[in-house]
Amino acid sequence: MSEESKTRMTTQVYEIYIRAKPQAIWDAITKPEWTTRYGYQGPVQYDLRAGGKFRALATPPLIAMGMPEVVVDGEVIESEPPKRLVQTYRFLFNDQMKAEGFTRLTFEIEQAASGFCRLTVTHELEGAPTMAFMVASKFSETGTGGWSWILSDLKSLLETGNRME
Amino acid sequence: MQCVNDDAVFKALADPTRRFLLDLLFAQNGQSLTALESELKMTRFGVMKHLRVLENAGLIVTRWSGREKLHFLNPVPIRLIHDRWIDKFTEQQVSALTDLKMQLEGDACRKSRKRA
Repeated sequence: MSEESKTRMTTQVYEIYIRAKPQAIWDAITKPEWTTRYGYQGPVQYDLRAGGKFRALATPPLIAMGMPEVVVDGEVIESEPPKRLVQTYRFLFNDQMKAEGFTRLTFEIEQAASGFCRLTVTHELEGAPTMAFMVASKFSETGTGGWSWILSDLKSLLETGNRME
Repeated sequence: MQCVNDDAVFKALADPTRRFLLDLLFAQNGQSLTALESELKMTRFGVMKHLRVLENAGLIVTRWSGREKLHFLNPVPIRLIHDRWIDKFTEQQVSALTDLKMQLEGDACRKSRKRA
């Protein structure tokens, strides 16, 4: 693929319909008691105001694998519960990831027809090719799961009370 | 747009032009109608119709960037179908077969994709 193509595909958009209330989806993204129940299951810490800090912590098994205690950090840019959250987002697994720096992440929650909400995740990944690869990956491929996997798991948790297995 | 269901996704994927459009966006995400149209021997209106079907199935999401409407691949519905259908029916065998198919066809496949 040409360099030009690479730079033009830096934004990734994920959209999913979830049978849940906007507040439930908002909580599932921003509250540690929910984030420990799907995806990587690490607790998050959000200071939900512009300029507030964001941190996602590793679970004990991940720490045992050599992950740092704080695996993702960033800053809240906009917080409009339960509709819109804009933040920066940086992986801290290793020096290479740190060097890629902050990306921009937007969560949008909109009420759709008949008890459904549409959750859209827009991840702007300019200058972060490794993170772009990771968040686009399938679960089985690399031992990591990207947004598709995380959001499917989130949907499953909110709709059935159980994770996908 | 109604909440995406499997029928809409399968129907959208049943058409070769629409699969080709998804391939184009996989190779290069966030393209405009004009860019996509230039890859197809089809009227602008025809391409728009196909894009609409893909959008209604949730397979693409559009975003405005200035005056340009950009089209982004949304892999989530395919992921959900994968979870719902592929996992259920012996994923291991399927992936062994797709691996074999890809190995056997790999070169030819890559070449034809480059041409397209």
